[in-house]
Amino acid sequence: MTPLLLAALLVVQDTSAIDRGVRIGIIYRPGVRPGLVMLPRKGQGLDSVRAIVARDLDYSDRFEVITLPGGDSIRLSSTTGPKRTGTGTTTGSRGGAGAQGGALNYPLYQALGADFALDITAAGDTTVATLHDIAAGSVRRGVRVQLPAASNRDFRQAVHRLADQALQAAVGTPGIAATRILFVKDGKVYQIDQDGADQKLVSSTDRQAMSPAWSHDGQHFAYMEFQAGKGWLYLQEMTGGKRIAVSTTGSALDFTPAFSPDGQTLAFSRATEDGTDLYTINVKNNCCLRRLTVGRFSDNLSPTFSPDGQRIAFVSTRPGLPQIYVMAADGTDQQLFAPFDYGVTGASNAPEWSPDGQSVAFHRDVAGTLQVFVLDVRTRTVRQLTSVGRNEDPTWAPDSRHLAFVSDRSGYRQLWIIDLDTGRIRPLLQQSGARLPAWSPRLSEATSSTP
Amino acid sequence: MKSVSLLLALGVGAAIIAGACGGNPPPAPPPGPVVDTAAENARIRDSIEAANRAAQEEAERVRRQREADSLAALARAGEEVRSTLAAMIHFDLDKSNIRSDDMGSLDQKVAILQANPELRIRIGGHCDERGSDEYNLALGNRRAQSAKQYLVSHGIDASRIETQSWGEEKPLVDGHDESVWSQNRRDEFEIISGGDNLRHP
Repeated sequence: MTPLLLAALLVVQDTSAIDRGVRIGIIYRPGVRPGLVMLPRKGQGLDSVRAIVARDLDYSDRFEVITLPGGDSIRLSSTTGPKRTGTGTTTGSRGGAGAQGGALNYPLYQALGADFALDITAAGDTTVATLHDIAAGSVRRGVRVQLPAASNRDFRQAVHRLADQALQAAVGTPGIAATRILFVKDGKVYQIDQDGADQKLVSSTDRQAMSPAWSHDGQHFAYMEFQAGKGWLYLQEMTGGKRIAVSTTGSALDFTPAFSPDGQTLAFSRATEDGTDLYTINVKNNCCLRRLTVGRFSDNLSPTFSPDGQRIAFVSTRPGLPQIYVMAADGTDQQLFAPFDYGVTGASNAPEWSPDGQSVAFHRDVAGTLQVFVLDVRTRTVRQLTSVGRNEDPTWAPDSRHLAFVSDRSGYRQLWIIDLDTGRIRPLLQQSGARLPAWSPRLSEATSSTP
Repeated sequence: MKSVSLLLALGVGAAIIAGACGGNPPPAPPPGPVVDTAAENARIRDSIEAANRAAQEEAERVRRQREADSLAALARAGEEVRSTLAAMIHFDLDKSNIRSDDMGSLDQKVAILQANPELRIRIGGHCDERGSDEYNLALGNRRAQSAKQYLVSHGIDASRIETQSWGEEKPLVDGHDESVWSQNRRDEFEIISGGDNLRHP
């Protein structure tokens, strides 16, 4: 009875303080997302791990992340003195896979609005992330990993993978913490982690690079090098940086490469005297160039495969202005994809099919500036996602609910990330001139290690 | 007075003739006291040669000047042809059709290409920053093709014209307003070969 009373008192006492600490986002729909509290712990050298994981979980936009400000945590520890001691002893005896149910003051955290509590502790050289289900009053899952040293260049990705495992344990779907985004700046391709850390140059020549595109296994990316009006396509390994030219290109202006989901085929646009048309080439055997569109009086470009590999969405100027079309992957059955009002709707470009197959993001000219739109593939309806400034070149996160895009809303063109479910928007980096982003698939340990 | 001036004119004319036609012997010296005939003859010979030399040098100078003048005129004509050929044409927003006010410029290029059969050119299509980055590569290609088709439809062999698209990657002017954008939506024309001694059409 006493703990319950205490909890009830705490609700009354701390509501305002918690509100201040909790509402970190911009446009939150309150109440729809589970609350998650990262348990504060001192020492053990895991502060940066906790900070990275907490930020990853926040950026996942799937939780109401409850931060416990310093003052409150002191007060909380004093009010829950006996319980903290209990937690401490179980930490010491934490041998099995996160088996220390009932150790937390669950009613307290429930009172704070938490549905989950994540506890990150060290056991020797092993880092243990324990996810508590507050309502059930038990441990949902314990994850034990051996993290590389913080000075190791793989450290952050390893922590991101830990965050993704915690997220999966909580909501059942994998996270996007261990992902990267490729983008172009000053004619070079760069990579950056989804949390804005570890920006790194990846293109290796002085020619102007454009249009990076990931392979679906995350092991390669394709991009275009542009010089003197010609465009060459290249495939580059993420680890090692080995680069090979795509054969049969080089005589024309080849651009906007896109991998098929099985990694066998590269679709791309080729500009010739007949205009711009879509082609595919088998990149496994470097053969079998195939032309998919024949538009003597229209341009066809910017292909993007559906995740089942059966269809390709693309841009065509056949209605006069560029609009979003779709066809079978062999070039047959070409038809309008994103509806538009003839003579009213502006040019639509840069389509990218979502990894779950349900949506195609693109940008459209609205009153002389560009805005990001999303097409619902099943209903073939579009909705406008952005309205502030110029917003273009959207690219899907592997969770199909976040998009990175280029926006000048802060006064200069840089990369932003929007969560479609909450509408929350955050800048990815604070640099002018970034463009043409491409979000990676989920990167496994093998694909995320940097040489 | 009249006769005097006539005489003077005749005298001047004679002198000019004498100067110009250096080959004629000068009038015989008046008979005088006996002198060293050989020395006198040598003196006369030297003065004739000096006059000849001066006349030749003057003729050479005039010839060189005339040649230089005509070369300069030729060069001026070549420069003019060159700049007419290089004159850019411009496009409306997101359009690749040739504007009527640019047809005169293209007609001049047709005439130059016809007058200089060895001449080969490259057309580069450019876009402003407003369109989509990747789509602009296709649009720039269209713009270069438009100008090429115009030239070909006016009798120029297609093999003499290469085309390139630059998309929005090489703006002529930096800035973010319509006056800048309208200058950047353009075709550029450059000579690949056959550009020496361009003939005026």
